[in-house]
Amino acid sequence: MSLRAQDVTWSADGRVIVDRVSVRVEPGSTLGLLGPNGSGKSSLLRLLAGLRKPTGGAVLLDGVTVTGSAARGRRGFARRVALVEQQVSTEVDLTVAEVVALGRVPHRGGWGALSEPDHAVVAQALDRTGMAHLARRRWHSLSGGERQRAQLARALAQEPRELLLDEPTNHLDIAHQLDLLALVRRLPVTAVVALHDLNLAAAYCDDLLVLAAGRVVAAGAPATVLTADLVREVYGVRCVITPLDDRGTPHIRFLPPDQ
Amino acid sequence: MRAGVLLAVGIPALIASLAVATAIGPADLSPGDVAEVVRARLGFGDTGLSRIAQGIVWDLRLPRTLLAAVCGAGLAVCGAVLQSVLRNPLADPFLLGISAGASTGAVAVVVLGLGVGTLGLTAGAFLGAAVAFGVVVALAAVAGGGPGRVVLAGVAATQLFSAVTSYVVITSADAEQTRGVLFWLLGSLSRARWGDVGVAAAVCAVAIAVCLARANDLDAFAFGADAAASLGVAVRPLRATLLGVTALLTATLVAVAGAIGFVGLVLPHAARLLVGPGHRAALPVTALLGALLLVWVDTLARTAAAPLEVPAGVVTALVGVPAFAVLLARRRAAV
Repeated sequence: MSLRAQDVTWSADGRVIVDRVSVRVEPGSTLGLLGPNGSGKSSLLRLLAGLRKPTGGAVLLDGVTVTGSAARGRRGFARRVALVEQQVSTEVDLTVAEVVALGRVPHRGGWGALSEPDHAVVAQALDRTGMAHLARRRWHSLSGGERQRAQLARALAQEPRELLLDEPTNHLDIAHQLDLLALVRRLPVTAVVALHDLNLAAAYCDDLLVLAAGRVVAAGAPATVLTADLVREVYGVRCVITPLDDRGTPHIRFLPPDQ
Repeated sequence: MRAGVLLAVGIPALIASLAVATAIGPADLSPGDVAEVVRARLGFGDTGLSRIAQGIVWDLRLPRTLLAAVCGAGLAVCGAVLQSVLRNPLADPFLLGISAGASTGAVAVVVLGLGVGTLGLTAGAFLGAAVAFGVVVALAAVAGGGPGRVVLAGVAATQLFSAVTSYVVITSADAEQTRGVLFWLLGSLSRARWGDVGVAAAVCAVAIAVCLARANDLDAFAFGADAAASLGVAVRPLRATLLGVTALLTATLVAVAGAIGFVGLVLPHAARLLVGPGHRAALPVTALLGALLLVWVDTLARTAAAPLEVPAGVVTALVGVPAFAVLLARRRAAV
């Protein structure tokens, strides 16, 4: 069943940001969210994470509406669903290990200390994201890419079955972009990933959902969704699309704008 | 565990400090005498000390020293919790208009004679603090909530109530009253009575217990309210609970001892420098540091310029700032 959105609408200050969007993710698969800036990708992820209350429709986890308000419900939800936001900041002087250990908060209760299993989960999360050697470094001394990976490690420490990622490849060099998306695919999670790079989306996502102005304009397998017409319509950019391999993974080459 | 070691050393040090600080003063007493009086009063055996010596220990000095410890611990923990919940390293217990409201309440009783006979200065101050906090909550709610709005509302309420206090003092108070009000505004433990100690200690214990019970959830606020919510923290109820609890504790402490500054702003940072930012370790250490500091600050306040008393708030800053500077410098060297 996993996590899904059913005709979700969300407006802020009278503006409709997300407009009757339905999302269904095959359990264990990776769904890519595409769309230009301001198309509602981040807002949709926040709705799926239960951080915003839909003004219409519903977000469901295993068929149960996500309410987001009740304390007990929230904790259980956070043990299932983890979110990596685009950019986060803190005034607190934390080490990387302490940031990752925050992922154990939903498992710990208000007062308990980190248990042995908690430490093991944190160590494994650091390991998987290639951050183990930075565990004792201060968060404030990290580069943008390292911060992104530390946040991913924190999300993994929540031991989620659903993982929501908002442009996780921002700030990452190309090697780490590929590593991160390969890791997300490898993990036994259902993932929803907002991405800007269409080629990465085509290569690493099982399905794509394209948003424009808060609405779904296309959904399905990368090979069927990513067409030159769609790219022109949604992004206003001309491109040539060729199949990359025998699975038909589309490869997109952008063309300079018409003079 | 560093925090464990600190507490294991610090709690006996605090108990010893209470005894030593109580013994210090004009009458010739030793910490052993203090222990003896306490034992006798609690019903374990007799004491060979004179009634006067017993009176000095039990009626004058001990409530004062204990109140200093309670105020120090309470104000420091309030500061730590507010800094985390409001995500503002400059937050202190007086940010939410509480001290300004308390001073208005106290001035209304002392200078204007409002409610004389029914309200003492302590009750007046508490009432003023409660009204001010109510104003802050209402203002913040009108402005749409959120930590930023709470801080702005607190600043506005502080200005408003300070202005009312100044106006009343300038237009109505005589020189004697002005001096009394000023002394109280700067914070002083000289009015400590057993009744105050009991109430303050009870409120302090409950408030600190509530905050400790949510220590891990407080950690989750490091990256903001959304991050805390996505870690399973029910943000709004928790924020309301913690703001309410710290406001109640601050109002109680300000009502009995005036607005003793510095403790709530700086000691949380000192504790974090010592044991890291995790609230499970930092909150108890913050409380311990606050209690220790204020016990010695008050001892200094009543002895340094004896028989004159220096307001505790003045001494906290004079002693605390250099100590904090040393800590900051050592920390920088360590990184």
